[in-house]
Amino acid sequence: MTVPSPNPALGLHSKRWNGLRHILEREGPFCKDDFTASADNLDFLQTKSKVLIIGAGGLGCELLKDLALMGFGNLHVIDMDTIELSNLNRQFLFRRTDIGASKAECAARFINGRVPTCRVTPHFKKIQDFDESFYQQFHLIVCGLDSIVARRWINGMLLSMLRYEDDGTIDASSIVPMIDGGTEGFKGNARVILPGFTACIECTLDLFPPQVNYPLCTIANTPRLPEHCVEYVKLIQWDKESPFGVPLDGDDPQHIGWIYERAVERANEFNISGITYRLVQGVIKHIIPAVASTNAVIAAACALEVFKMATSCYDSMSNYLNFNDLDGIYTYTYEAEKSEGCLACSNKPQLLPIEDANTTTLEDVIKLLCDSPRFQLKSPALTTVMKDGKQRTLYMSTVKSIEEATRKNLTQSLGELGLQDGQQLTVTDPTSPTAMTLQLKYQANEVEMS
Amino acid sequence: MSSPAPKSPELSDKSKKYDRQIRLWGEHGQTLLEAATVCLVNVTAVGCETAKGLVLPGIGGFTVADGSTVKEEDLGNNFFLDASYIGKSKALACKQLLQELNPDVNGDYVDESVDYLLENRPNFFDSFDLVIASNLNEKTMLLLSNRLWESNVPLLYCRSLGMMGTIRLQIREHCIVEAHPDNPQFDLRLDQPFHALQEHLNSTEVTSKVPWLLVLFKYLRIWQKEQPDGHKAPNNYKEKNQLREVIRKEMKADEENHEEAIKAVNTAFGAGTVPSALKAIFEDEACELLTKKSNIFWIMAKALKSFLIHDNNGNLPLPGVLPDMTANTDSYIALQNIYRQQALQDADQVYHKCQDYLKQLSLPPDTIDERSVRLFCREAAGLTVMRGTRIAEEYERNSRLLPLMEENEVQDNLTAYNFALRAYERFLSECGHIPGECTAEQDIGRLKTIAGKMLGDLGTHATISDDVLHEICRYGGAELHAVSAFIGGCAAQEVIKIVTKQYKPIDNTFIYNAVSTESVTLKL
Repeated sequence: MTVPSPNPALGLHSKRWNGLRHILEREGPFCKDDFTASADNLDFLQTKSKVLIIGAGGLGCELLKDLALMGFGNLHVIDMDTIELSNLNRQFLFRRTDIGASKAECAARFINGRVPTCRVTPHFKKIQDFDESFYQQFHLIVCGLDSIVARRWINGMLLSMLRYEDDGTIDASSIVPMIDGGTEGFKGNARVILPGFTACIECTLDLFPPQVNYPLCTIANTPRLPEHCVEYVKLIQWDKESPFGVPLDGDDPQHIGWIYERAVERANEFNISGITYRLVQGVIKHIIPAVASTNAVIAAACALEVFKMATSCYDSMSNYLNFNDLDGIYTYTYEAEKSEGCLACSNKPQLLPIEDANTTTLEDVIKLLCDSPRFQLKSPALTTVMKDGKQRTLYMSTVKSIEEATRKNLTQSLGELGLQDGQQLTVTDPTSPTAMTLQLKYQANEVEMS
Repeated sequence: MSSPAPKSPELSDKSKKYDRQIRLWGEHGQTLLEAATVCLVNVTAVGCETAKGLVLPGIGGFTVADGSTVKEEDLGNNFFLDASYIGKSKALACKQLLQELNPDVNGDYVDESVDYLLENRPNFFDSFDLVIASNLNEKTMLLLSNRLWESNVPLLYCRSLGMMGTIRLQIREHCIVEAHPDNPQFDLRLDQPFHALQEHLNSTEVTSKVPWLLVLFKYLRIWQKEQPDGHKAPNNYKEKNQLREVIRKEMKADEENHEEAIKAVNTAFGAGTVPSALKAIFEDEACELLTKKSNIFWIMAKALKSFLIHDNNGNLPLPGVLPDMTANTDSYIALQNIYRQQALQDADQVYHKCQDYLKQLSLPPDTIDERSVRLFCREAAGLTVMRGTRIAEEYERNSRLLPLMEENEVQDNLTAYNFALRAYERFLSECGHIPGECTAEQDIGRLKTIAGKMLGDLGTHATISDDVLHEICRYGGAELHAVSAFIGGCAAQEVIKIVTKQYKPIDNTFIYNAVSTESVTLKL
């Protein structure tokens, strides 16, 4: 697929790029060994390179600007979201009149208007709407996402695009590098991932902070914090009273208003203070605080890595940057290590140790896949090939009829289900575009067959 | 059956727009930000990116000062200029494109150079809360920084050249009440329970339903009796383990609060004493000698000190904040109220002392309100005063830079770049052109001579490697947008820290190398 370049004559021969040309057309003592200073470098950025930006939010807006002004001529951006009022404190390509419009389209329009040497193509879509053939067209992919599931999905996609030679080595031409940024308040990180070669998102899953979950019995019986009261209204009162006859919508001010009022009542009943409208909204929508500055810093760090990799002018960062400006300004760069036991990038089936197949139920296995820091799956579906060669779905929650048909398996032990030591389970989950293979490894010796 | 439903308060439009940041610095921080005005000296990419990071969150106002016109080469790195402004005032162009980001913000511009302003309108900068300047030559930078030091206007000076960037904060004094530490310690006073807590602890039976704090206190007393020297809290690993054992021995199965008490042994003690930063504040001359012009921070600090010494046995006022603890609602809320009440009482005493000082100084009582004192007391353990240094001092013999340069090898490279950037600025002043503008090789020698002389003047024979100087010349004055965006993002947050008086700013020089993705902060 060829995309018409913006206006190479404008870019390449004007004084616009005088500064960038010093960097790209002069040798230097710290340049990467295989860097060749030449006018071809800018020509490559302007007319040949093709970079995909995932997310047109806080990081995405910054990335588009940064890459456009670092000489990139052909950018694509994907975002499924529309613009909201609370975006405007940092997503600087959007104005009040843009509320409700597509982020990707609005951001692309702004950049195309301001930077005539760059052409941005927007995709008002989900990342899952595209397949391998779409992602293969890019030299590099940069992520500015707030969703861990989406990050894991694109990570899985890039890994699934790898082609292996007969001797098991990776065909270099099948690699699409991924630069990933993330922010939360005054903290952020940027990382460089060479799929198959360096630590991937799944290798370092434990770096993501665990989600705060209040125990249901606390919420129901012994609330102590304002958050407990809000959760109670959300989890119990909403369904019971069904005030508007529809599921809870965190963006509907009427819904939040109702929850606020009920939460205040409950808090009063228990003498708990501190319920505010902002707190209610934060709990219901899982709001993560965000400022313009952190997004600017992390996007810039990502853009610099895209630039280094696309031009070979300097070595890429190896491979993980942490940033924090709560107390002064702090950065720390280190090499995150590839995990041998990574479900996504190790390219071999991972063992699933089972203590006792006669007491471990299928539900236990699913719980383990969701709760263990190593897997952190969301709603895994499990299939396997039985001894007689027949394909069997053990459990699947996403399709109602199959869920009903397989629900009874949940309470059965692996032994009762006829699953044997060494048997392979095929696992699919929203966190990955491809199926994963797990191999059962029984610790106990004997399995009673039902 | 239920009490009358409270009406849901609708958030204001502004409050919704800035929601994601108000969650960090609060409505009071936002109010201070909206009252601040800054001046942007010199339209550069790094300057504009800094301004962008202030206009978006809604700073009160900004004024751009620049005497030059927009040229084609400016468009390659600055997002807040475009081709329609070529030949027109740069200050006007960037003022318009920055203001377009946020209609809440007042933008202004002066199309005069900083040199002209310093020469002809020396008081021009005095009304700003802070000045942001970038990429100046040495002479102008020193003139400006000295002028601002005299006027007591903070200066944030940024450099962005090639793959290198620095931020230098010049501020005389900066007082921080809310430092927002990353891992705040709860101040529980178990080793010295205040009267109301003591009573509560004595009169409450420890069951499996009460907060771990009561469990811990019960066993702490048992542990205390076994201490030959009569000390009141475990302060090393061995003693903490002893206390854990005492609890574990008595614990029945499934007592979650006992489990939590064992876990809490490590962090529950030790708060409430005066940290060294606060001690320095108490000993500061500004705290000793109040005047009518004293910052209210110092009046509150003196009141706090008096409270500590005369009324509270040397302990800090109680912050009154408890962690969540597994317990039934009533026992938790009862305990929480005891802490809150005591915190209010302590703050009230400090407030009255503040009022006494105000009276002595013949200042109106509303100079300090109760809310500010409560906040001040709650944050007492984290109070910080930063005293900055003049940039010009770095160019004198008593420089603090030299020991840093020789001491630390990891920092060495970054320190060298900071020096090389200074030499670059002197080159601009002395030679009138940009090092490496035409060819890199030609200017390396000259830059080396300047750097050598600069270091010699400071009294060292240290040199900067030829590679570093070559790299600087190779840039030929290029300002790269992404490096400027990184530095501008950092710089904007430093400005927000200063105007909101929350979070700790850099003290005082941040150096960033985008080639190696490393940074360091030095006190120069």
